[in-house]
Amino acid sequence: MTASHPTRRTVLTAALGLAGVATLGGCGSLRRDARIREWNLFGGGDGARLLQIHDKFVAEHKDMAFEAHTLAWGPPFYTKLAMSAAGGRAPEVATLHLSRLKGFSPATMLDPIPLDLLAKAGITEPDFLPATWDRCKIDGQLYAVPLDQHPFVLYYNTDICAKAGLLGPDGRIKPVRGVEPFLDMLRAVKEVTGKFAASIETTNPWRMWWTLYGQLEGGFFDESGRDLVIDDAKALEALGLMAKLAADGLTPKSADYPSLVAQFSNGDAGLSFNGEWEVTTYQTAKLPFSMAPFPVVYDVPKYAGDAHTFVLPHQAVRNEADTAATIEYIAWMLKNSAEWAAGGHIPAYQPVVASPEYLNLKPQAEYRSVAPDVLFDPDAWFSGSGAQLQNEAGAAFAGVLAGRTTPRQGLDQFKAATRKLLDTPSPV
Amino acid sequence: MAVQTPPRTTSSPPTTTAPQRPGPPWTEKWGGLFFVAPFGVLFAFFLLWPTLSGLWNSFFNTSLAGVQQEFLGLRNWQEMFGDPAVWASLRNTLVFTAMSTPPLVVIALVMALLANRQGLLGWFLRFAYFAPFVLPATVVTLIWVWIYQPGFGLVNGLLTAGGFAEIDWLNTENRAMLAVVITTVWWTVGFNFLLYLAALQGIPEQVYEAAAIDGASGRQQLFRITLPLLSRTTGLIVVLQLVASLKIFDQIYLMTDGGPNYATRPIIQYIYESGFTSYRIGYASAVSYMFFLVIVIVSIAQFRLFGGRKEADR
Repeated sequence: MTASHPTRRTVLTAALGLAGVATLGGCGSLRRDARIREWNLFGGGDGARLLQIHDKFVAEHKDMAFEAHTLAWGPPFYTKLAMSAAGGRAPEVATLHLSRLKGFSPATMLDPIPLDLLAKAGITEPDFLPATWDRCKIDGQLYAVPLDQHPFVLYYNTDICAKAGLLGPDGRIKPVRGVEPFLDMLRAVKEVTGKFAASIETTNPWRMWWTLYGQLEGGFFDESGRDLVIDDAKALEALGLMAKLAADGLTPKSADYPSLVAQFSNGDAGLSFNGEWEVTTYQTAKLPFSMAPFPVVYDVPKYAGDAHTFVLPHQAVRNEADTAATIEYIAWMLKNSAEWAAGGHIPAYQPVVASPEYLNLKPQAEYRSVAPDVLFDPDAWFSGSGAQLQNEAGAAFAGVLAGRTTPRQGLDQFKAATRKLLDTPSPV
Repeated sequence: MAVQTPPRTTSSPPTTTAPQRPGPPWTEKWGGLFFVAPFGVLFAFFLLWPTLSGLWNSFFNTSLAGVQQEFLGLRNWQEMFGDPAVWASLRNTLVFTAMSTPPLVVIALVMALLANRQGLLGWFLRFAYFAPFVLPATVVTLIWVWIYQPGFGLVNGLLTAGGFAEIDWLNTENRAMLAVVITTVWWTVGFNFLLYLAALQGIPEQVYEAAAIDGASGRQQLFRITLPLLSRTTGLIVVLQLVASLKIFDQIYLMTDGGPNYATRPIIQYIYESGFTSYRIGYASAVSYMFFLVIVIVSIAQFRLFGGRKEADR
């Protein structure tokens, strides 16, 4: 008798049950277990590009549940990633500066990359520059897959440099070599702009100093990584040249990062010494500009730089299907990195570097030759992009450029700060 | 308890049921606990437990990187006492507090006095003085970093227009802290202003009328009536302001990131850097506890001074 008269409650229950079954059915066809959550730190022009590339990935991979999250660059990103990995509940994949790999404690915070899956997805060791690939390995295990390299380069305003007589017949800036030709080039530009020759970031001139010091082939740590072996004469030579540029008004005495971008954009400076990632900014501003390798001011070509890599942050319980999908994602990103290169970065995946799609990118392909000479930060837990060593260099060297302290004082302060970091027990 | 228990001798008709008679029901005796339980649980979980675990951590080399921790005893504390960065950043915090508290009290008072008596203009002044306080730290710092920029900033524009040389406010060691203080005063003085305004409006009009009849000048009314009657409010504002200034972090982190050359880095930023950027939770805990002690000492000193004033008032 109850069956013939369904009450309102039974009808509702039945409806809910049906809805539930429908949802479950939907899940089954969606292959729910392939989930990829990605964390990255690209907030600028390259971040906008990353989103476009991700949209394409999602369109081609309907069977994977993909979500990307962009977090604030630098310490906030690394702190959040470290905490999620230390708790074992990290996202499936994250971006990491290669220079920070060691400081990120591979043993506890990263999971090794399954080489067999990577090979299955078509990515193998010969696809990369040996130096880059080796740096992704720790104790024989691969912990990171490099996506790109981003060296310190030279931006030049083509109008200003043409007036200064610095361009060759092909419209490219004529390469200079040595300190005096370098200074002559800057003086010629200053003559045209009436203000500065080059815009640089004085509040953190680490990349500039590391480039010049690297060109002098100066060392940093000894073999053991426990002792500081900075060559004072070379370090002071590099620092002295930077102080001279500022004192002569060829570069500003004081400029933070936004000022660096502004001074090149508005023509106060005809050159800019910076990482290559501001291409999009200047293209959007319709600036007449191109790019070239940073001049070899001293003995050997070396350029401060770093690489963005993909890592698998530590998960207490790793889902095999998710990991497989994640490796597929990494491989897809590498194979499609020509679009990523449009944002300025040199692809790490060599087949893309050789592709016409990349070679036709102007000015992004103009400085690709420097890739083998990219000089990574010293290898230590407190070193790398946005890490403590760069902050200490900024604190010590900014005063030298501003003319408040001598190169000697700046170097002594930096060495003392680095020694203190070396003496600090490593937390990783 | 003794008061509630009736003396045995006076107990009238002893009944056998008396000892077994249920006392006040259990819920009545312990019911109060239920009322505080929600807060108690939150307090224990979010304040008491982290506070104690912070102290515990300060004796270990606890790392955010999840490596095996080992007992260090007092070594974190020893390292802290020998770490010049700790003392430099603590000094910056105290300097900021000393530089920001007096103007935040005095300017708030002056603004309240100005806004209190205005009829038509009053609503505008009240709005204008309080408006910056509602802005978030990120917006305030963004505005002021531009204002301070050399080359195109407002302040330097005014300086050069007046024939003075430009000042690189945020990148000069002895100017950066002043720049942060100016921004902080602009941003937060509105709150103290509001407290003063409320207190001013609480002073009865008759007091002034009586004083005026007695021939007191405006100046005398200010110093003999208004300021003394505001002394309680002043005490409150000073306490609140000291606590707020000692907690300085946001605007410095956003404007100078502690620079140039760590000239503005407050102790909380150093704790943040040690614990989160460098993963050294154990060491950061030790420094936090030291700062905790500093705040306790300041609070006790404040309490003494404030208590003393109350005695004097009587």
